[in-house]
Amino acid sequence: MNTKAYALYKKDFNSELRTRYAVNSLAMFIIVAISVILFSIGNEKISQSLTGGLFWVVIFFSAMSGLSRVFVSEEERGTSLALHLVAAPSTIFSGKLLFNVILVFCMNIIIAFLYSMLFEAFIIRNFSLFAVSFILGNIGLAVASTIIAAIISKAGAKGTLYPVLSFPILLPLILTSVQLTLLANQGAGFGDAKFELAIVFCYDVIILTGSYMLFDFVWKD
Amino acid sequence: MAWKIFLFILLAFVSVAGVAFPIVPVPHTWYEFPLIPGLKENAKIIFFHVPTAWLSVVAFLMSTIYSFRYLKNKNLDDDAKSYAAAQLGIIFTVLATVTGAVWAKFAWGSFWSWDPRQTSIFALLLIYGAWFALRSSIESEEKKATLSAVYSIIAFLTVPFFVFIMPRIMLGLHPGAEEIDPSKGRIVQSSSPVVDFKMNANMQLIFFLSLIGFTILYFWMWQLGYKSILYKDRINKHSIRD
Repeated sequence: MNTKAYALYKKDFNSELRTRYAVNSLAMFIIVAISVILFSIGNEKISQSLTGGLFWVVIFFSAMSGLSRVFVSEEERGTSLALHLVAAPSTIFSGKLLFNVILVFCMNIIIAFLYSMLFEAFIIRNFSLFAVSFILGNIGLAVASTIIAAIISKAGAKGTLYPVLSFPILLPLILTSVQLTLLANQGAGFGDAKFELAIVFCYDVIILTGSYMLFDFVWKD
Repeated sequence: MAWKIFLFILLAFVSVAGVAFPIVPVPHTWYEFPLIPGLKENAKIIFFHVPTAWLSVVAFLMSTIYSFRYLKNKNLDDDAKSYAAAQLGIIFTVLATVTGAVWAKFAWGSFWSWDPRQTSIFALLLIYGAWFALRSSIESEEKKATLSAVYSIIAFLTVPFFVFIMPRIMLGLHPGAEEIDPSKGRIVQSSSPVVDFKMNANMQLIFFLSLIGFTILYFWMWQLGYKSILYKDRINKHSIRD
C-alpha cells in the first residue's frame, strides 16, 4: 500500500514538474498577496499581533489557490476512473495527502522566509516553538484541504466552493495557529504554549482519522 | 391534536411570562423575577435567546446523525431528514445571532465582540452556509446526499474545538466565562453581572418551560419539513413516470 501511495505521489510530482501549474500559480499568488499587504501598510508601523494574523491570511488563501489541484485535475482530465482501478481509496488518499503536505511545507517555508525579510515586526524569537507549531499547523492544513479538495472535485463551481467549504473546517486550526505564531514571536516558552500545541495536535489527529474514514464515501460514486 | 393545543398554551404562556413578569428587588410571589444589578430588564433575553441557540446546535446534531445514517443505509429519506434539520438549523442560528447581537448592543455596548460563543455561532453560520452552497452545486441526488453527508460529519468534528476549547483561549462575556484577575494575574471565574448570572427558581421554571416549548416546536417543524420534502420527491417521480 505504501509503495503504491508513493508511486501515486511520484506520478503527481512528475506531472507537476512537467506542467508546473500549481507551483507557478502558487508562487505568483504568494508574491501578489504579500505585495498587496505591503502596499496597504505603506510606511505605517504594524504591531506584532497583526503580522501574525496576516501571516496566516496569506497561508490560508495560498493554500486555497493551490491545494485543490490534486483531485480537481484528476476529474478534469478524466483520469479518476483509472485511479479507481489501480488502487484502494485509502491508498489514493495517502498519495494525494503526501503531495499536498510537501506542497504546503514548501509554500509555507517560502512565506515564512519572505515574511521575516519584509516585515520588521515579524521576528521569530523562539524558533523551536515556531518550528513545532509550524509543522503541526501545516499538517492540519494539508489534511483538511485534501479531504475538502476531494469533496469539491465531485461538485460544480469548484474554484469558488473551495475556500467557502474549507474556512469553517480550518477555523479552529487558524485561530490557534495565529495565537501560537504570536507566542513564538513574543519569545514565549513551550510551557506557555502547551495548551495551544495540544489543541493543534488533537485537531491533526481528529481530522486525519475522520478524513481516512470518510474518503471511501467521497471517492466511490 | 391535544399536544398541539398544549404546545400553543405553553408557548403563549412562556412568551407572556418572559416579557411581562415584573423584575423586583426582592421577589415575593412566583411571578416576580429578582433584580440583577447591571442587567435589569435585559436579563429577560435568556428566555428566548438561549432556546434559539440550543436549537441551532440540536439541529446541527440531528443533521449530522441523519447524515451518518444516510452513509450507512444509503436511504434518501435520511438525507431529506438531515436537510430539513439543517434548514431549521440555519433559521435558529440566524435568530440566535441577531437576538444576541441586538442585546449585546445594549448590555455590552457593541453588536459584536468576538466572545467565544459569538465566534462559535459565527462558525456554525459559515458551516450551514457552506453546506447549502455545496448542496446547490451538485445535480445528482445520490451524489448530493453523499457529499453533503461527508461534509457535515467533517464539520461536526470541529465542534469540540468550539465548545470546549475556544472559551479557554479567548476570554468571554457569556455566563460561565473566565477572566483574568488583574490583582493576581491569574484566570479566575469572572464576577461581572452577566458572567456571574444565576437564575432563581422562578426564572428557572420559565426558562425550562421555554426550552421545552421551543424544542417541541422544533420537532414539529422538522417533521413537517421532511415530510413535505418526501411528498415533493414522490410527486416529482410520479409526474416523470406519467
